Amino acid sequence: METILTVNHLTKKFGYLTAVKDLSFTIEKGNVYGILGPNGSGKSTTLGIILNVVNRTSGDFSWFDGNTSTHEALKKVGAIIERPNFYPYMTAIQNLKLVCKIKEVPETKIQEKLELVGLWDRRDSKFKTYSLGMKQRLAIASALLNDPEILILDEPTNGLDPQGIHQIREIIKTIAGQGTTILLASHLLDEVEKVCSHVVILRKGENLYSGPVDSMLASHGFFELRCQQMDQLKSLLEKNASFGKIENFNGTLTAYLKEEMDAMTLNKMLFEKGIVLSHLVKRKESLEEQFLTLTKNN
Amino acid sequence: MLRLLQIEFIKLWNNRASKVLIIAYFVLLTSIALIAAIKFDIGPVQFHLADQGIFNFPYIWHFNTFVTALFKLFLAIVIVSMMSNEYSNKTIKQNLIDGLSKKEFILSKVLTVVSFALISTVFVFVVSMILGLAYSDYNELSIIFSDLEFLPAFFFKLIGFFSFCLFLGILVKRSAFALGFLILWTILEQVVFGLMGWKVMSWDAARMVKDFFPLQSMSNLIKEPFTRLSAVQNIGQQIGEDMKFDYHVYWYEFLIVIVWTAIFIYLSYALLKKRDL
Repeated sequence: METILTVNHLTKKFGYLTAVKDLSFTIEKGNVYGILGPNGSGKSTTLGIILNVVNRTSGDFSWFDGNTSTHEALKKVGAIIERPNFYPYMTAIQNLKLVCKIKEVPETKIQEKLELVGLWDRRDSKFKTYSLGMKQRLAIASALLNDPEILILDEPTNGLDPQGIHQIREIIKTIAGQGTTILLASHLLDEVEKVCSHVVILRKGENLYSGPVDSMLASHGFFELRCQQMDQLKSLLEKNASFGKIENFNGTLTAYLKEEMDAMTLNKMLFEKGIVLSHLVKRKESLEEQFLTLTKNN
Repeated sequence: MLRLLQIEFIKLWNNRASKVLIIAYFVLLTSIALIAAIKFDIGPVQFHLADQGIFNFPYIWHFNTFVTALFKLFLAIVIVSMMSNEYSNKTIKQNLIDGLSKKEFILSKVLTVVSFALISTVFVFVVSMILGLAYSDYNELSIIFSDLEFLPAFFFKLIGFFSFCLFLGILVKRSAFALGFLILWTILEQVVFGLMGWKVMSWDAARMVKDFFPLQSMSNLIKEPFTRLSAVQNIGQQIGEDMKFDYHVYWYEFLIVIVWTAIFIYLSYALLKKRDL
């Protein structure tokens, strides 16, 4: 697979504080990556380093095949960092024309991208008159002007209202659907869960996990069960070697699997033992639960 | 190179304040011609400034470059704010992310500064030429084209001053504070000179050291032209004052200013490179 970004043992210190510690990961073409981590875990710093605005303390990173200088590579990248930064006194069109000049791409895409984010009607309004949601959408349009190999988004829905969040997510999904590689940094886990196939999890600048979302925890999921003979059910499951931890919470039994088992097998087995279930759900841990488990254990 | 200039042009020209200041500056450069219209007519005393020889070749080169250099403050405001606005709007961050290298960023600013200086110099040349041809008492070619060293002096003086402004814009990041710092620096040079002459060394030695200060070295390039006027010279002789001053531009004065320019541009680049945004 084609590699877009390789990060090797990257470290950044701000005085005594180590914001990023010995971080390594690679980004392959075609996947949607999420960088997860609580506030202050080094997400933005990492992105700042690969985007040429923060100086690294040690380690290195290379874009694409490693033969292009960072600023040349960035012309093939679309990135939005935290707040959208544009010239407030210039209109959307003027701002995008400037970006075209910097990225050395023709101005022909401006209309297409502004229509994609729904700002074509407001193209001649000054940037300072835009709402935050519109500013964020303009930033996305600007990042897409060069049809980038990879789109980097740092907390793209931060500070937006539900409508704005929804609009941005829809745009991200559309772009991901077109096969663009995306790197999305966020602390909103459901956001990452909805769009990402791979994750990099950071805590205090350290890499806890990087790889596909599915294999993040060696977990086979869990059952949520309800029936009339709860105590009987519990003791039965505790004897079964397939189950690990079993919790009773608000009348629902949660049984964690140690090995693969499907719902049908369990239902059949319990029925044969005379237990009739009124509720049976097999679930995998949500990203949030997996994330909390990961960050807690380490 | 053209691309970098275009980038800077888009940024400047769409900003109303910058546009007004730039236009005002060039209008003022032209308005030096209005001095020709200054006429006092108080009964027996008739005074027409244009007749006092200020527009005589080659003196006009000296006079016009000196006077127009005073207007550079307008462009200084534009330059300081074009640099510090990049910080306050955080657009410098976006520019770098979009694929402008730090070197290109500084280069685009420097190229703009050089263009400003170049256009100003051409402007002064043309205006002075027209005024001179209209009012000068001497119109021989050899006289017209003598003392032209004031034009390059003007050019380097502007470049030096503007690179200082660029550097202050990057250093201070806030346009108002950067302009305040510029004024503070002007005073500081005089204070340091005063202290040195008073306590540390002889006044002559202090004067020599002062010639190496950035702003002083820039003003040394074009010395004040008024004492060169025949009218003023006459008065001086009448009151018994010896008015022999040296007005020439020397190569080492160029050198000092060019060295300062290089230092300011390099420091701007080094500062940008070192800083995390």
